[in-house]
Amino acid sequence: MKQYSDLEFLRLSKWQRFCYKFLAFFAAIPHAIANFFIKIGKGIKTAFVKVVDEFRDIGLTFAHGDWKTKVSYLVMGFGNMARGQVLRGILFLLFELVFIFYMVTTGGYWLSMLPSLGKQGPTKEYDPIYDTNVTTYHDNSFKILLYGVLTIFFIVAFIYTWRLNVKQNKIMEGILKKGGKLKRDKDDLRSMVDENFYKTLLALPLTGILVFTVMPIVFMILVAFTNYDGNHNGYSNALFSWVGLQNFNTLFSWQSAGGGQSYSATFGEILTWTLIWAFLATFTNYFLGMFVAMMINKKGIRLKKMWRTILVMTVAIPQFISLLYVSKMFARNGLINLTLGPQGLGWIKEPLPFWENATWARITVIIINIWIGIPYLMLITTGILMNIPADLYESARIDGANAWQQYRKITLPYMLFITGPYLLTSFTGNMNNFNVIYLLTGGGPTNSAASGAAGSVGYTDLLITWLFKITQGTEAQYYLASVVGIMVFVVVALISLVVYNVLPSIKNEEDYQ
Amino acid sequence: MSQKEVTSKRHMGLKAANRVSNTAIYILLTIISIVWLLPFVFILLQSFRCETDRGMVGYILPKVWGFDNYIKLWNSDFRRWYINTFIIALVSAVLVTVIQLCMSYTLSRFRFKMRGPLMRFMLILGMFPGMLTMIILYRVLADLGLTQANAVPGLILVGFASSGMGYYVSKGFFDTIPKSLDEAARVDGTTRLQVLYKIILPLAKPIVIYTILTAFMGPWGDYVFAKYVAFGTSAGYNVAVGMYSWLSNDQIGNWYTTFCAGGVVVAIPVTILFLCLQKYYVEGVTGGAVKG
Repeated sequence: MKQYSDLEFLRLSKWQRFCYKFLAFFAAIPHAIANFFIKIGKGIKTAFVKVVDEFRDIGLTFAHGDWKTKVSYLVMGFGNMARGQVLRGILFLLFELVFIFYMVTTGGYWLSMLPSLGKQGPTKEYDPIYDTNVTTYHDNSFKILLYGVLTIFFIVAFIYTWRLNVKQNKIMEGILKKGGKLKRDKDDLRSMVDENFYKTLLALPLTGILVFTVMPIVFMILVAFTNYDGNHNGYSNALFSWVGLQNFNTLFSWQSAGGGQSYSATFGEILTWTLIWAFLATFTNYFLGMFVAMMINKKGIRLKKMWRTILVMTVAIPQFISLLYVSKMFARNGLINLTLGPQGLGWIKEPLPFWENATWARITVIIINIWIGIPYLMLITTGILMNIPADLYESARIDGANAWQQYRKITLPYMLFITGPYLLTSFTGNMNNFNVIYLLTGGGPTNSAASGAAGSVGYTDLLITWLFKITQGTEAQYYLASVVGIMVFVVVALISLVVYNVLPSIKNEEDYQ
Repeated sequence: MSQKEVTSKRHMGLKAANRVSNTAIYILLTIISIVWLLPFVFILLQSFRCETDRGMVGYILPKVWGFDNYIKLWNSDFRRWYINTFIIALVSAVLVTVIQLCMSYTLSRFRFKMRGPLMRFMLILGMFPGMLTMIILYRVLADLGLTQANAVPGLILVGFASSGMGYYVSKGFFDTIPKSLDEAARVDGTTRLQVLYKIILPLAKPIVIYTILTAFMGPWGDYVFAKYVAFGTSAGYNVAVGMYSWLSNDQIGNWYTTFCAGGVVVAIPVTILFLCLQKYYVEGVTGGAVKG
């Protein structure tokens, strides 16, 4: 690809610049990939060096340290306690005791089972006393995977804490050698609300995120490499086990599955619609919302507050009420069809297939989404529109620009620049807009070609509603759901990466503070 | 024609054009207002319809008016669902606000070694669909005994535990409070904690109210996870899950008007609260959109 110099680049029109940047981004991909691998190589090298350094430091600390330090290698926190930092010492020791207790009682079992995810499934034995078959449950794959992951988290945390304990001993010895004074417990407590206040503040939120977001995501990523489904629930019917990349092969294979289309064809169809939906939902709302905001903002329009309040009210009403009601309004025997039909105005003979025909359903969903989204966008854009410097319009008017030219040359560029990041989040948000699709159509109308092994797939299904559907019922395919989830992540990450590199309005965080 | 006449004529032309466009805008805005409000008016009207047919009908004005639907609503499980949702909304409003403010204040004000990696990590985490974690969270909650009839504490726990991820809007707000304020106070010897509650919190009132408001409104529309956790036990439903079940094909004939009444009962308090605090909400969403 031809490289432009800065001067040549400035001479291009806006559209050409955008294309240039866009192409440059893709042209840079091979290079970026190469760089990525070089970086990984370097990263491995530095990591290796660092590990060696750590080990050397640990050894040297042990060799040069006094007896308090040496005891601390076995009894964590001993050095702290012996040197007067009782609080830290007790915390270290407590952590060590909890860890040892956990590993001896249950952690060891979970860890040893992790490679196989359980050896003995439920067994049925004849019980002569009650004259029935009695099922005995043994291993539980689900718990093994869950607690196995937790145990690994715990071990990493322990190693880190142990290393911290050793480091602290070294630092303490250094301070004492120079004749300095160590921090007392009182100082530690004070620093929790002062220079270390951030640690205090982050402790609770980060624990929550770790336990309720990170851990489940790690778990579900691992599930993508197992055969966990309704028939292998890991406990009451059969264990599940590692299957490697088989599930990814299933999703991308072209062979027909369960008498229907292949998984990859279904996946491709849903992905295409998801992208179309996200694009249309984002931009129709954006432009129409901006249009409504501009109408209300226009000089000379009265009752501005009233118009805004009317629209804002619809934001307040919980979405499920409006969505469910509107979905019923458009139903085959709903208000609209009955009003237009033979009993009502008699304009149509047959009910309009709002939810029965694929194209109709898709268009209706987008239109109702406009109804849902405009008030929200109106709110957002009103404030920004009012911030555009008025003298820009003033001078444009003097130059004889008409309203459309003013919009195209001033309003739109300004808005796009300011709301660029918002558009991106809104796009990815729409890709995962479960509520609007599920409450309106439930994913339907059913795509009979796609149904089969892939669950019941509809024409308005997004990847996210498909994911939900395949985790429902006794035939739930959790492994497939987690593969789909990973694919959603890949798509969202790719789009974000491209947009972040092409958009001009990625501001340096510190700049606007 | 003199120069003056030309300009005045042009002026009049502009004025006329302006009047035409303003009229067009009024007409459009009126149509928009009607389209946006009509469905809610319909819901309100349907909730007073007391005919024997309680299903969907093709007319708007009820033939028989009355409060039967509200009485039926009061005697149904709806009472329980409403209380459930209200408790979830109230408790989440407090907990989520505390968590989000901790998170956003820290990321806005402190510069520590792991800050950049932490924010990038959370950005990447946010790209995974939240739906994915439901399967395991359900099983974990089931192990803790917090599903089905006990769904309320379970939903609160899950809702607030990972709410730290949504720190963006309030961080953007904290970024606009000048850092020199903190530094001046720090010179005077106050601790970071004192800076937070003596200087920052009073200034952050709009964003605190915004966070409380959104955290309170969220649970009223929460459908999918609530459905998952309640798992078919009516006592654990929230309003969204419960009322959705009324619209299934075999229920709708009996429960459609009751659904409308329920919608009114759910919407009124939330809407009033929202309209009172509108100013803060607008500030919040605008700031959030600008700062990404």
